[in-house]
Parts: sequence; structure tokens; C-alpha cells
Amino acid sequence: MADILTLDGLTKAYPGVVANDAVSFGIAEGSTHALLGENGAGKSTLVKMIYGLVRPDAGTMRLAGAPHAPHSPKEARAAGVGMVFQHFSLFDALDVAENITLGMDTPPPRSELAQRIREVSRAYGLPLEPARIVGTLSAGERQRVEIVRCLLQSPRLLIMDEPTSVLTPQEVRLLFDTLEKLSDEGTAILYISHKLEEIRALCDHATILRGGRVVATCTPADHSAAELAEMMVGARLTAPARIARDPGDAVLTLDGVALPATHAFGTALHDVSLTLRAGEVMGIGGVAGNGQDELLAVIAGERRAAAGRVTLAGRDITRDGPDARRRAGLLTAPEERLGHAAAPAMSLTENALLTAHERKGLARHGFIRWRATRDFARAVIAAFDVRTPGPGQAAQALSGGNLQKFVIGREILQAPVVLAVNQPTWGVDASAAAAIRQALLDLASDGAGVIVISQDLDELTEVSDTFAALNAGRLSAPRPMRGLTMEEIGLMLGGVRGEAA
Amino acid sequence: MDLSVISPTLLVASLMVASTPLLLAALGELVVEKAGVLNLGVEGMMIVGAIGGFAIAVETGSPVAGFVAAAVAGAALASVFGVLTQFLLANQVATGLATTLFGLGISSLMGQSYSGIRPPATPRLDLGPLGDLPFVGRVVFGHDWVVYFSLLLTFAVWWFLNRSRAGLTLRAVGENHAAAHALGIKVVAIRMAAIAFGGACAGLGGAYLSLVRVPQWTEGMTSGAGWIALAIVVFASWRAGRVLLGAYLFGGVTVLQLNLQAAGVALPVEYLSMSPYLITIAVLVLMSARRRGAAAAPASLGQSFHASQ
Repeated sequence: MADILTLDGLTKAYPGVVANDAVSFGIAEGSTHALLGENGAGKSTLVKMIYGLVRPDAGTMRLAGAPHAPHSPKEARAAGVGMVFQHFSLFDALDVAENITLGMDTPPPRSELAQRIREVSRAYGLPLEPARIVGTLSAGERQRVEIVRCLLQSPRLLIMDEPTSVLTPQEVRLLFDTLEKLSDEGTAILYISHKLEEIRALCDHATILRGGRVVATCTPADHSAAELAEMMVGARLTAPARIARDPGDAVLTLDGVALPATHAFGTALHDVSLTLRAGEVMGIGGVAGNGQDELLAVIAGERRAAAGRVTLAGRDITRDGPDARRRAGLLTAPEERLGHAAAPAMSLTENALLTAHERKGLARHGFIRWRATRDFARAVIAAFDVRTPGPGQAAQALSGGNLQKFVIGREILQAPVVLAVNQPTWGVDASAAAAIRQALLDLASDGAGVIVISQDLDELTEVSDTFAALNAGRLSAPRPMRGLTMEEIGLMLGGVRGEAA
Repeated sequence: MDLSVISPTLLVASLMVASTPLLLAALGELVVEKAGVLNLGVEGMMIVGAIGGFAIAVETGSPVAGFVAAAVAGAALASVFGVLTQFLLANQVATGLATTLFGLGISSLMGQSYSGIRPPATPRLDLGPLGDLPFVGRVVFGHDWVVYFSLLLTFAVWWFLNRSRAGLTLRAVGENHAAAHALGIKVVAIRMAAIAFGGACAGLGGAYLSLVRVPQWTEGMTSGAGWIALAIVVFASWRAGRVLLGAYLFGGVTVLQLNLQAAGVALPVEYLSMSPYLITIAVLVLMSARRRGAAAAPASLGQSFHASQ
């Protein structure tokens, strides 16, 4: 079949880095084409050029035979390119219809638009209520808003950037049905994802980028996920392994913990109970915004439970603050690397001090022991292969993966009794993610209790011994990971405690 | 104490006059903040409008020319703030404070030769027989055009923000500038326009003080009105209707306490003088406490935007 979009020698350089270096490939009409690559491989720069957000330095694009050189997203949309963003393209305080209007160039009047939204959402199996405020929607519903926004303009090429990373398995299936329907109708789809199994199931072709260049083009179904990953990374990968170990005594228990929501779009925790044993890795899954941040905050002591009890190795720590909990051996690493886990403008040495001063004795009589602190930061950098010129570097100068290795390593080297982490490998490339998971497993093998809160189910199946799901601030009863099917996990994520989703 | 000297007719009529400068400045700042920009320079833009409008009105003899000049002067100072914060990505809080200080300084420089002069009068609008109605005639139909303009502007701002496509785009920029940029909306251009509008409104408010309310030029004559306007926007949860309410409440209590002072109420003058501030804030806090007020703040308020993000 004819190509709807052809890229020829696209090049884009930013100061100090060539994001795309002579990228050429074609997307056939009605096909689903995967774009694969690690973070920083140049995927987002490439789609931004197609969508008119960035202008190429060299090279040409042709869309349906005509030259395609959009100066703005508006021109790209007019030419028939639609894009569903992974982050930051919806407005929380506005309603569904308003959000959709904003992405259209000639929006119809509101009543007519509401009608058309209902029509399109029915035709493609994407239920949506036009008057709902977007801030109150689930991640899956938010994505539907974005998709409907694109579909109302009848695009010939639909770009999907990491569409499934925040969806439950059931929502993923719904999305795939929609995408298959679209490609049957002749819409080409450019699909960006790091979930290789999905790409193997969904996509007809794949183009793999590494360091801004096309390194391979293939049919994903012909290769295993591991082979695809190795093409992306350009090196062999080993799956994390661990030494099996019988779980020991309970080290952390939460008993009926409740926490009110702090802001309008926040989530309250209701009656959360769990028991974590020494040597156990508990995976807590859930779609973003179901109470993950709140759960970590109540474990860390950043916020005190409004009801219920938290005990660490038999001691009641419900009313203890973060420092007291750290001293007792309960360490945490929150999701947001810059601004929560690390202070962006401060050096790695200073950041090491911030969480390790209690357990490592880095401050004495109110004075900082700089030499010891620097040594500790160096130890983290060495032990976790953090690529940085040295401990004097500011946290914000590190790439996401390197900073994440530092943040997790900083806690692990303090020999925690319990370590709780939220989204430990979010936005981290494959090799760094593997290193972080391995470190968490090693920690558990050494007898610590580990809680991994994550939206990445592949990650949770890989590391967890037990699995629990967070839904609307409630935690399901933990179940052994071994033997759980994706179907059961999906039901746990969607409607807790065996209720139908 | 003799409360009978307080005439309800005059009280309500002067309430509207006292509230108009606040209303104008607060409406302007409302639009600016809805676009995601925090301009703390309202006080400075008001006073530059006050002296700019006063000087032109005196030189040309036309109060209308004065008001136009005030809007231009306010917008010009706001544009300086805009260039610094939107193009040079200066911190909005610090730049806003500097704008206020700069406005206070340059206005006293410009105003040196205008002290003690009376400006040309801004006449009441002649609405024919309507103005002769008892009570209502004086209270509702007995004002100058700026009062009506400010009420009309309240409605226009409400309509623009809540009903128009352009207003939706402006709110979108204030909610999430990165998303707006990704959709191809020109974030910086919209913010610059909003900032200029806010400056023009603050300038008009200032000119109303120097040309109608006082009417005279004195150094520092805005005496905190710009800060009150800022507070009204926040406590009104960024809604045009509540901005009107807040401005009239503050104006009303100000006029009432002046009347009470004149009537010799047995309360120390200091307490009466602070009452408008306390009552306005108390009422608006109570109103915004009922719903979660913080959620009404534009999510990108005060954050710098650069397309490279």
C-alpha cells in the first residue's frame, strides 16, 4: 500500500546534541507503525517535527504525496495529522467539551459539539460525558478526551505518544479496539511505546531509533520482546534475578490508615491495611491518581494518618515524623525526582545529606560533616553507576535515569529496614531501569522489606512477591504475585475486592 | 452622635464612586491572572495612570482625553513588566514589586508641577427624566460615564472569560501553558495582550481617583488601592461577579466609616479606618472558604513559560 507519510533525511540538532540525524522511513496508509527507542533516542523530537512543534534543520517530509512542512500544530492538523500526547495536553479545570474545542481550529457551537462528541465516542467505543470537568476524570477517560479531540478532525495520521503507560489492562484492550477500527478505516497510526509486548501485538512495522539515528526497521511480531529491547539499547540485557528467600517477620504494618485529600483533585486514603515482611517485595499497582502519592506520604511520615496505626518492627510510629522514621530504618523515595526526592539546584552531596544525615551521622551538634557527606555521595555514585562528573554536580544537571539511580541508591546504602519507592523507573531508560530493579531485589534478598508503588505492571510482575492494587484511595488485600493473571490484576485495579469492574 | 446626618442617598451614590477605581483595577488584574500571570505592579500602574490622566486632562481640558492617556500610560508600564517577565523570563513577583516602586517614583517626578491644580470636571451623564426620579435617580442614574463603563466592563469580562472562544483560549493558557503551546496557542502573545489590558484597566482606575474621586493630584494618592484590588481578585476566587461584589463592599465600608467618623461615633478613628480592610477580607474569606478557594486559582499562575520546555 502507498505511504501516507514519508520522512527523508530529517535532521534536528540542539546545542550540544543531535536529536535526529538523517532519519528516513515511511508509514503506509492504514498501518500501525511503531517508533521505538530509549529516552533521548530522538522519538519525541521526531514526532514534534511531524506535528509542527519543531522545525527540522534539514530533510523533507511528504504527507499523502504533498510536501509536509508545518510551521505550527494548526497547519499539521489542517494537513490531517492528529496527535495524542502522553502528558500535558489537557486542562484540568476546564470541562471535556472546552478541552476538545481548544484543539480544534474551527469549532462548532457548543450544543452541536456536544452532539458530535457523543456521536464519535459512541462510534469508536469511547464513552465520554461532555460536561465533566477533566480534573475529575481517570487517566483512561482523559486519554479518550484526547483521542476524541483528534478524531473529530478526521486525521489521516494519528500519532500516539506512550498511550498505555497509565491505563489498566481493560482500558488498554478498549484502546486497541479503537485503534484497530481506525486503521481498518484507513487511518495510519504512529505508535510510540516502550511496552514491547503491546507493540508486538498491535503494530505492523517498527522503526527503531538509537542516538537519533534509525538503527533498524522490522516487523515486530517476528522478533521477541527481548530482541527488540536489545535493538533499542544496542547491548544485551539480563532480566533481574533474585535469590528466593522465605519471608521473615512483619517489619511494617499499616492498620486501617485513613488520610483526607489535600487538594481538590487529590485522593483520600480509606482504611488502608497491609503487612510487609522482612525480605518481601510488595508491588502496589494502580492507575495514576488513585492515592499513590498519598500512600507514600503516609508511609514516609510526610503526612500523619488521620486514623489507623502504622508500626515498624512492632513499634508504633503513627505519630513520628520523617526524621524519626528514618532513624528507625523506614526510608522512602517519592515519585517526583526533581523537587521532591531531590532539590534540583543543590549538589548531589547536599542532596545526599538531606535524607541520610540521620542514619549516616552526617551532622553533629548542628554542624554538617562535609567530608563524610561527600564520601557518602561518592559511594552512592560508585555503587549505582551514576554517570556524573562528581558529587558537586547539581541534581538537575543529571539525566532522569541517572538521578533516579542516585535517589534510590542513596536510600539503599543507608541499609533500610523498610524501603518504600514510588514509580522507581518512571521515564528511565531500559538499562538503568534494570539496574534499579536489580538493586531493589538485592535489598530484599538481604532481608529488608520493600514496597514498590508503580503504574508499570510489567515492572511489578518482575519484582514483586505480593501484589495489591490501589483504587480510589482503597488498597485491595495483597495476593501472591505468582499465579496472578493479567485479567485478575486488571479486575483488582478497576474494582477492588473482587467486585465486577 | 447624630446618625441622621448620614443620607442614605448620598451614601449609596458615593459608594459607587469610591468603588469604581478598585473595580477597574481588579477586573484588569483578573484577566491577567486568568492568563497565568501574577502582576504585583497594579499599584504602580494605577498611580502612573492617575498622573498621566491628570496631566493630559489638565493640558487638553478634556477628561476623556485624560482617561485615554491613563489607559495608555498604564498599558505602557504593564508592557515593560510584560517584556521583562515574558521575553526575558524575569521572576514575576520581583518584577511586579519593582513595577510598583518604579510607578510610584516616576509618578511623583511627573506630577511635581501638577500639585494643587483642579482638573476639568467629569460631568454626570444626563439621562433626562430618569435622573429626576426620587432616590433611584441620584443613586442609579446620577453618575459619570466611567461608573457605567466599569459596570459594563464587569459584564464584558465575565462574558469574555466564560462565553467566548478567545476567553477560553486565555483561560487555557493560564491553566496549563505547556499544553496550550502543544496545541499551537501563542502563549506569550496572549499573555502580553492580557498584561497590557490589565495595565490599561489599572491606569483607568488611577485616573478615576485623580480626576473624579479626589479630584486632585497628590503624591502616592492611590495609597494601597492597587494592593486591595489584588487581594479582591484572590478572595473573589477569580470570578468577575465576585470582584464586583468585593470592590463595592470595600468601597461601601470605606464610605460608611467616613460618614460615621463625621457623625462622631464613639469608636476610635483608627478602628473605623481599618474596618474596610477587615470587613472586605473577612467576607471574601468566608465566601471562598465555603468552596475550596485554592482550586479556583489558574494552575500556571506566576510561572514563567519558555517554548523549549
